[in-house]
Amino acid sequence: MKSLLFLLVPVFAFAQVPSGEEILKKVDENSWAKTRIFTSKMIVQGRRATRTITSKSWVKGDEAAFTEYLAPAREKGIKMLKMEDQLWTYSPQTDRIIRISGHMLRQSVMGSDLSYEDMMEDAEIVKKYDAKVEGSEVVLDCECWVLLLSAKDKDAAYQSRKVWVDKERYIILKEERYAKSGKLLKRTEILSVRRMGGRWVAGEILFRDLLKSGKGTKFIIESVEYNADIPDYIFSKASLRK
Amino acid sequence: MLMFKLALRNILGAGLRTWLNVIVLSFSFVAIIYMQGIYDGMQDQASQAEIQFAYGGGQYWHAAYDPYDPFSLQDSHGKIAPELQDKINDGEATPVLIVQGSMYPNGRLKPVLLKGIDPAQKTVAIPSAVLAKEKDAIPALIGARTARNSGLKIGDYVTIRWRDANGTFDAQEVKIMEIMNTLVQSIDNGQIWMPLEQLRQLSGMPDEATLVILGQETDSPAQVSLGWVHKDMDFLLKDLKQLVKTKTIGASVMYIALLLLAMLAIFDTQVLSLFRRRKEIGTLVSLGMTRVQVIKLFTFEGAMHGILAAGVAALYGIPLFIYSAKAGWKLPQVTEGYGLSIGQTLFPVFGAGLVVGTIFLVMITVTIVSYLPTRRILKLKPTDALRGKMS
Repeated sequence: MKSLLFLLVPVFAFAQVPSGEEILKKVDENSWAKTRIFTSKMIVQGRRATRTITSKSWVKGDEAAFTEYLAPAREKGIKMLKMEDQLWTYSPQTDRIIRISGHMLRQSVMGSDLSYEDMMEDAEIVKKYDAKVEGSEVVLDCECWVLLLSAKDKDAAYQSRKVWVDKERYIILKEERYAKSGKLLKRTEILSVRRMGGRWVAGEILFRDLLKSGKGTKFIIESVEYNADIPDYIFSKASLRK
Repeated sequence: MLMFKLALRNILGAGLRTWLNVIVLSFSFVAIIYMQGIYDGMQDQASQAEIQFAYGGGQYWHAAYDPYDPFSLQDSHGKIAPELQDKINDGEATPVLIVQGSMYPNGRLKPVLLKGIDPAQKTVAIPSAVLAKEKDAIPALIGARTARNSGLKIGDYVTIRWRDANGTFDAQEVKIMEIMNTLVQSIDNGQIWMPLEQLRQLSGMPDEATLVILGQETDSPAQVSLGWVHKDMDFLLKDLKQLVKTKTIGASVMYIALLLLAMLAIFDTQVLSLFRRRKEIGTLVSLGMTRVQVIKLFTFEGAMHGILAAGVAALYGIPLFIYSAKAGWKLPQVTEGYGLSIGQTLFPVFGAGLVVGTIFLVMITVTIVSYLPTRRILKLKPTDALRGKMS
């Protein structure tokens, strides 16, 4: 009997570990929405100075996004529109709409650690990746599942990712993105979590391109509204000039 | 012959006035030929360098390839046409694969073009053989400008990042094997050369290429499968010729200014000559010369300034041209930004066409300018002229 109990312990322990897919679904349930409207601050920590850029974004699923920069004065009025895999920017100084493509997509957005390509990445993780639970670790004093994500399709931007998911709130607290060769390219760390719009939201995020030197770029989400009605005209090139 | 002797005697008789005109005009001759020789040398030198290092005997481009369109570059690759593959197998052509990427020298992001080339190729003068020397790391070859802009040295490792054929990010470290000192910016600025097979493997584009460079002595295949477009030398050198043409147009403003100065001197001399030689004109007409013959004489005198100027220009111009063509013209560092593959020393080219063309242009202009003041002779009455009156 004693030996039978000994055999059952690991079975019960194993049963408590949800599958990678289940965890990802819960993560998407918490973060994914049909539409989102949020205001944020991007703090670019350059070699010589630090700049804070405020913006407001309207996001529709993973197909469309519109961002307007509100401050500082130099960047005020700059707008960005993402439609599927295309990106346009508008600058009030030149009053011109420019399509960002090719080499330019790889360049950093306003000197940050984010490239335009990174800005365009915004899909439900569970649709794009298979997940395997690797174990658990503590991040930000929270118990986290460590998941290794492998892309389902060959055309994913990152073939493998590693995420640390809070076991209670199902929010990603840390993420690493790897090149096909296995080289670590980017790391995202959540510095604080807030409750906004009835969901757990990363309040402050540190984004680092690990191939670049520097302290990284901080994102502070100031407010967020989920599943709000966004008129279709927002996601049109005409709205860039408005 | 009589007119020639008379005209020569008259203008030599004018002494210093003639020689001042001749010297000024000879400066124009030499300056125009020298400047134009510099531009011809520029085009000649840059064309040769582009042919040796980049263009070979012409190129075949993948149908989607447009070097000036970053939107289409990621789709500009494909399997090489069998007719071109035969040329490559015979060593008469070499394929190049181009992939967009980024490099991170000293932690800074720089967009680059990763270019794959066969290390054993002999089609163009790129020192690709160095890419066969490294087995443990991915070897890379960069130009001096890229090295200077990124602070890279031979033996340095630098991380490069790119997206493969499926759009997936990949990154590796490459080792700088050689820094090539090339005049041709189109194979240098923001470019990293790697072994073709390695780049094909890393980018997931097996047996593919973006363009195929033909050898200088290689004939184009009679027919090439769809998807590959032939670009001949006229097309490839079009931008360079256009650039030199633009610079020549800019310089022609100076030619016009020089010619105007010389022409002004000749015009004034002719007007003065007509005024001072009224009695002589009257005498010549009285003795039976027609007015048109007198006009011819004066026009010929004016034009002789051009002939004498050509002689004087030859005296000091020919040694100057020979010396310049041999020793070259040291260029300041700033000329690197002009977009021409001309290196640090420019060797002017003074072709026969240039010299003859310039002499012809100047002679025609001098003759016209010499003729214009003499039209007054048509209205001149010989009696008034003999009395020293100019009607």
